[in-house]
Amino acid sequence: MPNTQQLEDFVSQVRRDILRQVHKVNSGHPGGSLGCAEFFTALYQEVMEHNSDFNMDGIGEDLFFLSNGHISPVFYSVLARSGYFPVEELNTFRLIDSRLQGHPTTHEGLPGVRTASGSLGQGMSVAIGAAQAKKLNNDSHLVYTLHGDGELQEGQNWEAIMYASAKKVDNLISTVDLNGQQIDGSTDDVLPMGSIKAKFEAFGWTVLEVKEGNNITKVIEGLNKAKSLTGKGKPVCILMTTMMGNGVDFMMHSHKWHGVAPNDEQLENALGQNPETLGDY
Amino acid sequence: MKKYTNTGNKDTRSGFGAGLAELGKANENVVALCADLTGSLKMDDFKNNHPERFFQIGIAEANMIGIASGMTIGGKIPFTGTFANFSTGRVYDQIRQSVAYAGKNVKICASHAGLTLGEDGATHQILEDLGLMKMLPGMTVINTCDYNQTKAATIAIAEYEGPIYLRFGRPKVANFTPEDQKFEIGKAVLLNEGNDVTIIATGHLVWEALIAAEKLEEKGISAEVINIHSIKPLDEAAILASVKKTGCVVTAEEHNIIGGLGESVARTLSLNNPAPQEFIGTNDTFGESGTPEQLMEKYGLNAEAIFAASEKVIKRK
Repeated sequence: MPNTQQLEDFVSQVRRDILRQVHKVNSGHPGGSLGCAEFFTALYQEVMEHNSDFNMDGIGEDLFFLSNGHISPVFYSVLARSGYFPVEELNTFRLIDSRLQGHPTTHEGLPGVRTASGSLGQGMSVAIGAAQAKKLNNDSHLVYTLHGDGELQEGQNWEAIMYASAKKVDNLISTVDLNGQQIDGSTDDVLPMGSIKAKFEAFGWTVLEVKEGNNITKVIEGLNKAKSLTGKGKPVCILMTTMMGNGVDFMMHSHKWHGVAPNDEQLENALGQNPETLGDY
Repeated sequence: MKKYTNTGNKDTRSGFGAGLAELGKANENVVALCADLTGSLKMDDFKNNHPERFFQIGIAEANMIGIASGMTIGGKIPFTGTFANFSTGRVYDQIRQSVAYAGKNVKICASHAGLTLGEDGATHQILEDLGLMKMLPGMTVINTCDYNQTKAATIAIAEYEGPIYLRFGRPKVANFTPEDQKFEIGKAVLLNEGNDVTIIATGHLVWEALIAAEKLEEKGISAEVINIHSIKPLDEAAILASVKKTGCVVTAEEHNIIGGLGESVARTLSLNNPAPQEFIGTNDTFGESGTPEQLMEKYGLNAEAIFAASEKVIKRK
């Protein structure tokens, strides 16, 4: 198991990868990606039992589904640096003939990706199916998901949330990235959702809160706590508060960097705040 | 001219239910999902005999499509069951992203397609589903004609790796294809050989095409009748060989003529061997309440309409 410093170094490199990917093609979504660097690092470097020698069925290992597919830069960086595909391939993000599509997909056969996501609100249903298949296969491993908070405005989520508790899908840990931002502004301005915690609880889920979603130690603690609560008849939800654009001072505290790439000068500034630790690709 | 015998009217949805029941016994990877229409889809046998592999989703079709997609991860072969409208239009984006684009081995099984749903009316009578589904890259689209063929198709599609849309219906219709038929995806079935006109029909219109061919024969017109159960992939070779011989074609489907089988046939012909074509189908309209027979008559989807279209298209040669 890596120690905390090693994990923080990993996060710093992931942030660099995110920034460099979106800068190169002047497109992509850095804000939410940066906010979830700790979460992905925790999952793939510490919490999940997974096999980078990728097999779609994933029997005998934990699975992860990214529902808010637009934060693909963080997903790609962590998959590459966890051994799923060469880190040099991050150079092809969003380019023609690439496996690293703007939004993640199985279509080009990128190892580590088990569904297509991008059109929001579909990931939890797919994850529930995978979790129920695990039960049929007597596979005791877990299924993890990540969702944006704005994404919960899509109704299909609530079909899935209702179903997961009704059918006791208790091998599922769904994390909601509470960064409070979406494209048009803050979630409270666009469509206030009230208490997401109360909603999940009312739907019969066990709910945990990770208030410091950009503290790798706290994220790991939260995920491990969630793991300990699986297998008890209820799906588990982690409400994880993060900062969009975390790690880059001028990208924080705003929705403006949801889907905008930094220019040359901004990139240099941002990279200066996040040291190269594992080697740039 | 070959004569076909109706061994007794049966609904195609019951063919699906019977096929699914056999699959339940034969293939432990087959799972079934239903959105609160178990009885209508005739899924009770599977549900009762394999409760651990039957998933009642509730009235939540989007969730059902997503769950089906996820179940393929781990090697399951999911069959979803609901009405054709709720199997396609209601969940188009879920099918597009989580099934077709993701390349998942999901079998979307759709009953109550078309006008023959009857009295429930236009909200439930989808006439656009074949078009919606055939436009999705990688999607196989099947529309079976009777009980026996629907049962055979249901069993056959479990052996095929990839997303499939299987369309069938509610009314009891003639059951005339062989009980022991081998169902081959993408393979046309030549029902009658003829020289003057090719009638290409799918679904409930196949039996009507056979009746029309008999009436045409009485008038000295020799009609070739082809049952196209696979809208996609389309058996282009069979169509081209027939139309090369007859020189004209009538297509017949319980679907909008915009986007349906007829347009696929027209594209095939225009690229290879342009020929006069008449289209039997609904003409850019919604349905309405009524009995299946009344509706098929009002919207021109029966043997009489195929007969008239055949006479017309021969004159255009």
